[in-house]
Amino acid sequence: MDLYPLINSLRIAAISCTIVFFAGICAAYYISGLPPVIKGLLDVFLTLPMVLPPTVCGYFLLILLGPKRPLGMLLKKAGLRFAMNWYGGIAAAVLVAFPLMYRTARGAFEGFDENLEYSGQTLGLSNTYIFWRIRMPVCRQGILAGVVLSFARALGEYGATSMLIGYVPGRTATISTTVYQLWRTNDERGAFFWVMVNLTISAVTMIIVNLLESGKKKTQ
Amino acid sequence: MSISIHIKKNFGGFCLQLDLEHPGGITGLLGPSGCGKSTALKCIAGIIKPDEGRIELDGRVLFDSKERVNLPPQERHVGYLFQNYALFPNMTVEGNIRCALRHKKNRREAEERLGSALSLMELSDCRRLYPRQISGGQQQRTALARILVSEPDMLLLDEPFSALDSYLREQMQSQIHRLLREYGKSVLLVSHSRDEIYYLCDHVAVMNRGRILRYGTVKEVFADPGSPAAALLTGCKNIAPARRLSEHEVEVPDWGVRLKTHDVVKEEHLEVGIRAHYFHPNARENLFPVYITGQREDPFESRILFRYQTQKEGTPDLWWRLPKDRTPQIMPKKLGISSHNVLLLYGEQKETDSADG
Repeated sequence: MDLYPLINSLRIAAISCTIVFFAGICAAYYISGLPPVIKGLLDVFLTLPMVLPPTVCGYFLLILLGPKRPLGMLLKKAGLRFAMNWYGGIAAAVLVAFPLMYRTARGAFEGFDENLEYSGQTLGLSNTYIFWRIRMPVCRQGILAGVVLSFARALGEYGATSMLIGYVPGRTATISTTVYQLWRTNDERGAFFWVMVNLTISAVTMIIVNLLESGKKKTQ
Repeated sequence: MSISIHIKKNFGGFCLQLDLEHPGGITGLLGPSGCGKSTALKCIAGIIKPDEGRIELDGRVLFDSKERVNLPPQERHVGYLFQNYALFPNMTVEGNIRCALRHKKNRREAEERLGSALSLMELSDCRRLYPRQISGGQQQRTALARILVSEPDMLLLDEPFSALDSYLREQMQSQIHRLLREYGKSVLLVSHSRDEIYYLCDHVAVMNRGRILRYGTVKEVFADPGSPAAALLTGCKNIAPARRLSEHEVEVPDWGVRLKTHDVVKEEHLEVGIRAHYFHPNARENLFPVYITGQREDPFESRILFRYQTQKEGTPDLWWRLPKDRTPQIMPKKLGISSHNVLLLYGEQKETDSADG
């Protein structure tokens, strides 16, 4: 059995989840401090990929990164070709998972008592320390929820991924594109196998999150 | 050991204009909620940026709009005790205090300071507990310990006792009283409780609608609040418009009486205030017939509502407060007030009053 789709899906999910984690948190942090009008506009723009059909996202990605488009050609010169390459899957996953991380992180930050930040500042703590050692731990639950959602979304990404990188066994195949391909070619057993793989990963993720949460609660 | 604040900050409908020269010691900012007291503290701490002005602490410029100086809170060395204490919920008592010792290079010295702060504030037993596992009093002591180990040049206390129940409040007040005396640097304490200010502070600034109405030693300001708003804030219950009759006499139309005053009446139109504790049935001055309209008993005090026989309809009843053991069985037919205790209040409302009259 070729396990390439598993490895490919996991690396795409892991890398895009990491990118989305930092990007989402930064966006949430800076945007929550902006004036209401700009905040509203940015909010709509950044949340759009969540409500758009993934194929529409894929369309935009192709327009942006396609090999004959300006940015795509520029990237090609740098040796990067997102279309029909496995790392194109990262771009697709980042785009669709970002709103989930951004929104949950922003919700968490908005519930954060700003006095904690101010008191940290008056005690002489650096803003970086306050962010990573106070704001993030206090908002841990929301952030963690965002990470899990983004990871799950990245792992399950199909629409934009299949448009941008297609399905090439051993090169761009992910679990979800493989399930579709195998089903389409009447390989029901193969499709079932990959469905079970996906189920297992999702279940394990949720169990780990729950364990982390209950463990943290006991120590506090 | 002094702070000089001259700042302006506009919030749309509300304008904060603060001019305060604080010579050192403990100064209270007394005012109703929403008068800008906490905003004033936040401007000093560097959390809110004033529109213009200058803040100077012990000769160090913290903020100056003309010279474009605006030190970040981290460099102001001003300790801020928040109303809700703002303890970091993800850290233990010890962790919270250790945070403020991070800049100390010498680890051993930092640990010593932590130890002495814990024992000084009686926190040794709960050092490994999280903020939500300890009592309100312990939380406040943790917040104070955390601030004091960071060695600020000045302390700002924002309604420090409002989150405590009354028993704990009195305990913490005496403890903080001692602590602030030993601390010896400038302290600004914000409160809407005149008792707190009277007990803890040397000076008081009475604030209303973003401005300081009166500044002076606590004794001075309580004895002569100067304006109706300040009189109200220092707890004066009975206030009414008045007109000057002579240098030492005013007429109070609402009450239908003429009051002799010890202080010289300086303006034609003014208001008079009488503190509820100062009425006396056997006073020799300003004795007028009254009738009682209501009575309320507290554990150790009686509050009696009364009206002058000559009082205008529709004006509020007057308050008379006295210790319970001195409450008479038969209510007096007359109440008087010493001319020394008639407060003369000159206010901003003066012009509108005369326009009405």
